[in-house]
Amino acid sequence: MNELVFFINNVVIAGSVAGSIYAIGAVGVTLIFSIMRFAHFAHGDMMTFGAFMVLLLTTLFPQAGAALGVPTPLIMLPLAMALTALLAVGIDRTFYKPLRAHGVKPIVMVIASLGVTLMLQGLIRLFAGTGGESLYVDDRKEIFRIPLPIEGVRVPVVITEPQLYLFALTLMSVVALHFFLSRSRLGKAMRAMSDNPDLARASGINTNTIVAVTWVLAGGLAAIAGTLLSLDVTFKPDLSFFLLLPIFAAAIVGGVGHPYGAIAGGFVVGFAETLAVFNWGILLRPFRDSLPEWLSLPGNLAFVGTEYKIVVPFFILVAILVWRPTGIFKGKVI
Amino acid sequence: MSTTRTDTVAAPRRFPLREVVIFVALLVAVLGVYGIMGAAYSTRMLVEASCYAILALGLTIQWGYAGQFNAGVMGFVALGGFCAMFFSVPVNEAFWDSELPGELAVVLGYIVGAALVVFGASRLDRLGVPKKLRTVITVALAVVLYLVVISAFRGVAGQIESQAGFVGGLGLPSWVGWIVGGVLAGGVGYFIGHVCLGLRSDYLAIATIGIAEIIKAFLKNSDWLTRGTATVSPLPWPVPGPAEVGFTLARALYLSVTAVLIAAIFFLLHRAYHAPWGRMIRAIRDNEISSAAMGKNINRRRLEIFVLGCILMGIGGAVLASFNSLFDPQGYLPLNHTFLVLVMVILGGPGNNLGTIFGAVAVYIIWLMSEPLALFLMELAVNFGESTFGWDAPASLDSRALQARVFVIGLLITLVLRFAPKGLLPEKTKHVD
Repeated sequence: MNELVFFINNVVIAGSVAGSIYAIGAVGVTLIFSIMRFAHFAHGDMMTFGAFMVLLLTTLFPQAGAALGVPTPLIMLPLAMALTALLAVGIDRTFYKPLRAHGVKPIVMVIASLGVTLMLQGLIRLFAGTGGESLYVDDRKEIFRIPLPIEGVRVPVVITEPQLYLFALTLMSVVALHFFLSRSRLGKAMRAMSDNPDLARASGINTNTIVAVTWVLAGGLAAIAGTLLSLDVTFKPDLSFFLLLPIFAAAIVGGVGHPYGAIAGGFVVGFAETLAVFNWGILLRPFRDSLPEWLSLPGNLAFVGTEYKIVVPFFILVAILVWRPTGIFKGKVI
Repeated sequence: MSTTRTDTVAAPRRFPLREVVIFVALLVAVLGVYGIMGAAYSTRMLVEASCYAILALGLTIQWGYAGQFNAGVMGFVALGGFCAMFFSVPVNEAFWDSELPGELAVVLGYIVGAALVVFGASRLDRLGVPKKLRTVITVALAVVLYLVVISAFRGVAGQIESQAGFVGGLGLPSWVGWIVGGVLAGGVGYFIGHVCLGLRSDYLAIATIGIAEIIKAFLKNSDWLTRGTATVSPLPWPVPGPAEVGFTLARALYLSVTAVLIAAIFFLLHRAYHAPWGRMIRAIRDNEISSAAMGKNINRRRLEIFVLGCILMGIGGAVLASFNSLFDPQGYLPLNHTFLVLVMVILGGPGNNLGTIFGAVAVYIIWLMSEPLALFLMELAVNFGESTFGWDAPASLDSRALQARVFVIGLLITLVLRFAPKGLLPEKTKHVD
């Protein structure tokens, strides 16, 4: 049973953590894709920017959280979301809108977004340095060890405070997004525009507003994802290139332009990553004595080493592009 | 009646004023660098710029001729660099004298065998096995065989690392590695292109970014093959090295090799561009649907051009690694090896080979000169801050100043796309009156 608890700690919890972060990131990417029809490569850096804003605010007011009994970074999150949304809208106005007005091909927008990526990266590293920093400036990271009431289990289930907040926040954002897209006027207009921009414009939807709203949503979600990731581990200015591939893989797995699919895709990629680096030899250990002589178990039965984790989202991406390019839920735009 | 038809598509010849002005300015800049920095440094800069020019030519045929955006140039450069290292580094006796080569061959044989078995299982439906059952069998077999093979492989790799350090090279001349580097990069390009080129253009960018990071991760962590972060040096040169004829002359000799390479590539590309094949490629880029209607096999042509570009990138990467005489997998950065090349192409003029070569040399000069400039500006800012506000500068300032260059490259990309989308030397399109 100890092995099973180990499995829960290393796969179920770690996979849900990675999955939630990828899911929130992928929703932003897929929203931008469905409205503006291009792959927004600067999303990883918008996430980093959001986390950096939280770090900045937390360093400025380290005591703010103690009054309310929650970690300070979470108090600062709404403010950081607003700042990131503002940044996203500003980037769109300065860099993407003129290109859109020129009617360039989507791939030129992709290159422009790579340019924005580099600019954001340069700015963030200029101010934040290149090392990692913990978002817990003044608070303590609580770690809960939950012993299981089963005979013979010595290893407790370990879960940390930021992980609990992460699950709660992910659930909240998904539910809020669902109600926004399905109930509100703006959300319906967004869906209409993603289905058919010309028809949406003809029926009186202000496409400029929709584009701005999309950027606000994407920026806010990116700030949430970046902050949650940095809370769980540490804030690193050079996260984005490693986030880009899993997030895009998640968006494509779920079907591009399909927000619910992106959430599912995020969890698929997150769990695939953790399952692939998990050492399966541990689960087989209890049966070691009953195995035949010729079958000696090697020490490491992981599919890929941790250093090759990035192979997993790539493999998923290639597999989905080969067998089902529209994604598992049949995306709307392709 | 004259038998020769008048060429209705060729633009009337004019004096290439723009080209001449731009290249004279470039020459002045190069001479300026020679005057300030000395001959040895400047020749090194020129050799590196010419290696980058090969990379940029590879990208310009992908992006300029065919509109494919490859965001993972770094990966192909790294592959080329690896081949240059693997073929030219002297033979490692400690490895070949032991029993390890045999074991490695056995494991590689297992890998091939396992791949064949899985492939065979995927064809079981030809024997009447239901398709669903075939898929289940194939996947299960692939997982189990993969685990078996990879653990055997990890064992051998660990033994090589502990007993012999790394596999070592083959001790062949450098140009063998350059050619194989091109072939290998082309092979990887074929795989990626085969998967992505029929789909949206964005997917190619995503996939190439991914493959570049994977190649780098592989080369960095395969200590048995590349010594990983320990780096391999020196790599032999195809021309007499600095130890024999001095820095300047050796680098000048190397420069002549790269110049010949570029001239050959340039000539071949020029011919291809004006050949029916080149016209077809541009027709596909400009209007895919009408070329498909004329019976052109779009995906096949796209794959050709993508693989061709990747081959050039592999060759360029190999030449660059040989020149640096160092193979350091960690030294391959997206900024230096992907985005710098991208700036060279879009600034110089995508689709125009001459413009691309100009862009490569000009951007590389700016790139090298910007490093001392960034440090100098940062120092100014710090002095100003200290004297005016009593600001305490953080210690890691030098590394931060270099980050400012990242910002400038990004800004340059967006500005060029916005204000000069055709670059300084635009591709010459011919019009029929």
